[in-house]
Amino acid sequence: MTIQSIILAGLDGDRSWRLADYVQRGGYEALKKILAQKMTPDEVIAELKKSSLRGRGGAGFPTGLKWSFMPKNYVGDKYVVCNTDEGEPGTFKDRDIMRYNPHMVIEGMIIAGYAMGAGTGYNYIHGEIFDLYLRFEEALEEARAAGFLGSDILGSGFSFNLHAHHGYGAYICGEETALLESIEGKKGQPRYKPPFPASFGLYGKPTTINNTETFAAVPWIINNGGEKYLEAGKPNNGGTKIFSVSGHVNRPGVYEVAMGTPFATLLEMCGGMRGGRKLKACIPGGSSAPVLPADIMMDCTLDYDSISKAGSMLGSGAVIIMDETVCMVKALERLSYFYHEESCGQCTPCREGTGWMYRVVHRIEHGLGRPEDLDLLTSVADNICGRTICALGDAAAFPVKSFVKHFRSEFEYHIENKKCLVPPDVQRSGSDFFVAGKN
Amino acid sequence: MLSQEAQKQIDREVAKYPADQKQSAVMSALRIAQVEKGWLAPETIAAVADYLGMAPIAVYEVASFYNMYDLSPVGRFKLTVCTNLPCALSGGVHAADYLKHKLGIGFNETTPDGKFTLKEGECMGACGDAPAMLVNNHRLCGWMTPDQIDKLLAELE
Ligand SMILES: Cc1cc2nc3c(=O)[nH]c(=O)nc-3n(C[C@H](O)[C@H](O)[C@H](O)COP(=O)(O)O)c2cc1C
Ligand code: SF4
Ligand code: FES
Repeated sequence: MTIQSIILAGLDGDRSWRLADYVQRGGYEALKKILAQKMTPDEVIAELKKSSLRGRGGAGFPTGLKWSFMPKNYVGDKYVVCNTDEGEPGTFKDRDIMRYNPHMVIEGMIIAGYAMGAGTGYNYIHGEIFDLYLRFEEALEEARAAGFLGSDILGSGFSFNLHAHHGYGAYICGEETALLESIEGKKGQPRYKPPFPASFGLYGKPTTINNTETFAAVPWIINNGGEKYLEAGKPNNGGTKIFSVSGHVNRPGVYEVAMGTPFATLLEMCGGMRGGRKLKACIPGGSSAPVLPADIMMDCTLDYDSISKAGSMLGSGAVIIMDETVCMVKALERLSYFYHEESCGQCTPCREGTGWMYRVVHRIEHGLGRPEDLDLLTSVADNICGRTICALGDAAAFPVKSFVKHFRSEFEYHIENKKCLVPPDVQRSGSDFFVAGKN
Repeated sequence: MLSQEAQKQIDREVAKYPADQKQSAVMSALRIAQVEKGWLAPETIAAVADYLGMAPIAVYEVASFYNMYDLSPVGRFKLTVCTNLPCALSGGVHAADYLKHKLGIGFNETTPDGKFTLKEGECMGACGDAPAMLVNNHRLCGWMTPDQIDKLLAELE
């Protein structure tokens, strides 16, 4: 039997976030198992390594390996931090996990605390989902009252405290060291690495940061074994993944499928292309991932390796679907504006480069492009890559390079003809916003 | 200058962090103060700084870094519309245009009666519900078609 759903399995509506419902679904059994069987931290980490779980926040770093970097015999506080900042355009999966299954994240974080010897955790929740910040606080209260959080959890002698911290509108705080600065009550500006958070993290203490979905996968792995999880996906790409599908499909939304599922299957699950129009392009991993033309995308399976072979990234699993009504210059213009707007301004290549790229794409879109602009764009993008403190610089450069590479003729048409290949009324029709009676 | 109730809420946030890390509560404290006062005037920032034992400039740095803090007055209802690409594909920009037209204001403007302020927003992590928008920072609304926008505006009194 193939397993399609682990994190979103068995959820039905608005009560499923409550502790009682979670427990009924088998919640907190993994924690109880670890404590009852006195599994050692090393055994927990070994199970994760077997599972081949890779970080769901974007970089896909193996989670078990990351956890093993935490110093073992450190005297003093250590921290576990959950990244629910979810600001990568196209990504909205963590919101559903927080909405329907917050206890799974809590359980995953407690297990992480146990495995890494950390006594305190924070979940950083972006401010735009403030009602879910409040819900998470309620869920924490439930867990405390039931003895799953606090001192001497279930009489085991192990203690772990967990709190919610909210953001307030800064994409850069999704970058893990900016997030730590933000928890410390400062501007969210990324830190130089090394030192890495495992040695110098929150308040200068050893810290491990994982994405919401990563933590949520942990209880299942403990309950069912790492091998089972790995088998649910494909080698080197264990388990299931939650995809956030936005754009031109009939049913945008959140879909959990096994790693390695064909992209075409996901497209079908979303009810196919809106209005039966043709797929033109897809950004498979959030706005920072390189765009892929339809034909390349249709041949991909949804896992780290397949998408990376095709020249893009699985990233956060945010699948942005664009049909033939989209002007690729305008699409890139909006993304470039975003990175320019959200650059924290610390490094010159990013601060200046993002503004420069935006201005050049803007002038092409507005009929003022010059023939040399496409080479200029590529060269600015190349000069940002690898020369900045954090990966936002690269994230700004990837869309520019990939849009120009795959849709160069469209950019050239704009420059030569001072207008778009796609007529304005066709572009306007793509959103379905003006269709009467639709709600 | 912060009400008793606000202070009580801030105290609850401070308790989440190590005793010597009160500053960690600054984002919450600013949020709590803004909800109470409507926006973050210099004296409100100073009051937060005083309460947390921080330099006012350090609090100001935080308040000016994060987009959801308002450093100048806004209308009673601040509407922030996401126009980022995933939303735009499903009408984000059109929803903003529709609002501009209905309210007779542009981005970063307030209606003459002080009721509505319109802002352009970045991805709110709700792209599946596009067009998405925020009302007064804390209420996230999805599927904002013309009908829904009309309904929302009528409901906000
Ligand atoms: C600009 C930028 C934004 C990021 N935003 C997020 C985010 O919203 N959520 C997230 O989990 N990771 C985000 N990341 C990745 C984190 O830095 C970090 O790698 C991740 O949280 C680690 O968790 P994982 O190993 O479980 O994936 C971002 C990185 C960068 C450079
Ligand atoms: S790359 Fe950009 S966002 Fe990242 S630290 Fe440098 S300036 Fe800030
Ligand atoms: S792009 Fe609008 S909510 Fe994500």
